[in-house]
Amino acid sequence: MTKNDTAKNGRRKNGVSYAKWGYIFIIPFFVVYLCFTLAPQFLTIYNSFFESYRVGLTQVGPNFVGIENYKTLFSPDSSGVILVLKYALNTFVLWILGAVPQFVIALLLAIFFTSYRLNIKGQGFFKTVIYMPNLIMAAAFSMLFYTLFSRVGPIQALLEHWGWIDASFDFFSKQVTVRGMIALMNFLMWFGNTTIVLMAGIMGIDQALFESATIDGANAVQVFFRVTMPLLMPIFVYCLITAMIGGIQMFDVPQVLTNGKGVPNEMTRTLVMYLNGYLTNKNYGMAGAISVFIFVVTGILSGFVYKSLVAQYKDPQRKHRERKGNVL
Amino acid sequence: MSRKLDDNTRGRIKLIVLRVIVYLILIFLTVLCLFFFYLMIINATRSNAQLAAGFTLLPKENFFRNLVNAWTDTSINIPRGMLNSLIIALSSAALTTYFSALTAYGIHAYEFRGKRAIFTFIIAIMMIPAQVSALGFVQMMNKLHLTNSYIPLIVPSIAAPVVFFYMKQYMESVLPLDVIDAARVDGSGEFRTFNTIVLPMLKPAIAVQMIFSFVSSWNNYFVPALLLDKAEMKTVPIMIAQLRSADYSKFDMGKVYMFILLAILPVMITYILLSKSIIKGVTSGSVKG
Repeated sequence: MTKNDTAKNGRRKNGVSYAKWGYIFIIPFFVVYLCFTLAPQFLTIYNSFFESYRVGLTQVGPNFVGIENYKTLFSPDSSGVILVLKYALNTFVLWILGAVPQFVIALLLAIFFTSYRLNIKGQGFFKTVIYMPNLIMAAAFSMLFYTLFSRVGPIQALLEHWGWIDASFDFFSKQVTVRGMIALMNFLMWFGNTTIVLMAGIMGIDQALFESATIDGANAVQVFFRVTMPLLMPIFVYCLITAMIGGIQMFDVPQVLTNGKGVPNEMTRTLVMYLNGYLTNKNYGMAGAISVFIFVVTGILSGFVYKSLVAQYKDPQRKHRERKGNVL
Repeated sequence: MSRKLDDNTRGRIKLIVLRVIVYLILIFLTVLCLFFFYLMIINATRSNAQLAAGFTLLPKENFFRNLVNAWTDTSINIPRGMLNSLIIALSSAALTTYFSALTAYGIHAYEFRGKRAIFTFIIAIMMIPAQVSALGFVQMMNKLHLTNSYIPLIVPSIAAPVVFFYMKQYMESVLPLDVIDAARVDGSGEFRTFNTIVLPMLKPAIAVQMIFSFVSSWNNYFVPALLLDKAEMKTVPIMIAQLRSADYSKFDMGKVYMFILLAILPVMITYILLSKSIIKGVTSGSVKG
């Protein structure tokens, strides 16, 4: 409070208050945010308490049903499966399959690129190449994978030619191959981005810390776990959270790859694909309930991961910060 | 635990081996990243019959035939789709950078009540995915008869918390408040100061964010697919998804590869020309976490 006041007084140099300009400049943002995000957000939540869907051409509802949609969402279907949890698990599995190699490789590359001892040449080229898939339209990338891996595609032909698979093999009939393709695409699209961000993080660490650790006799592994990792933690956590939130939104890749069907046996259907299904069928009650569910999951996950990871590395981090005077 | 400082040659051999391994990993990843796109380009040069013959790494001569076939296709109007996507992406990029800079400037340069709370609020909503409000958004656009219109795909980009945050951070590093005071002394109005003095100083940040917002708008699929169902309004990602759901066996595969190539071409060209500044933009945007 006091800090705020002094800042305010400090800047009112010639006795004129410019405060109103601050408000004026942020008005467009907030008007648009209110109209196109916040109001729709509340409308979405509101919808989740109503029964509203279509059977053929007749519209049922909207009728207020309380938490009935949420009950339906979390009750098992005829075969005893709670669909939303199944799709949440699918989403998580698809994400983790891509995220584990993404973070391991990105961390490795970030260390390679920043190592003076290794002195890797052609970094600009490598970075340009590995970041490229991040900018590619996910829908087009996914369509490309479909064409390349389909029954009549070149990959199938090549592997048959090599005798690795026979003609009856279908990449799109097995859970492991479809999930593998989605994970591979997600990996390719994101590991370059993570590498670049982690690299910047490592370069932000004071070089003297690495030197003194080495002089003290620490080997490369020790330097990594005792110096690099603790100091990199805030950025690593940031990457992890954004990746996770991106993962919850996973849609374009599995949607286009499986033509919205989540083949095989809906084992690659994600939460947002589930939402999209209800949105296109105009079942707004259920779509609302799923939206709220995704909203809540996003909030919990980001808070949880952030807290647990920061707590784990808090002490060494603080020590280093005090010594160096806030390196990050 | 004696230090082996004297063991020079062993250390050097170790380093060489390590370097070889690192380069092998890098080459493998490079090949993996480029392989699928290379196949796409090669396959876009082959006719349907040539494609049916199987796998090859060598180009054929049918590139222009495929291009003409794809460009003039009647069921998937790719030139129109690209025009729609271009209009939406360019307008979004312009609006999002200008207004994010304006908002960030409002927070950065002025002191007013509730400023801190507003800043925290914007940071808090940064994490909320667009999908969770899509239902209400689509419903509202239906009510306002704004489906099959550019407006709901362009105007919301005015409120982009991520771009705002980037601009705010950029201003902290390049925009001293003295400059603004000096402009005031010279009698410049607040709005004019922003447009003529502050904006030019933000040029690098604006350029980078324009590219990123152009790309994300060009690639955006979820919301546009819910709003656009008229053929002449569809954007490129919707057309690509349409390609996937069409009866595949009847398609000229050369044309399919050409469609995919066209869908990613504008972004690819931008990237090839500007990769250096784009990669720089990735880092400076998120380092502070």
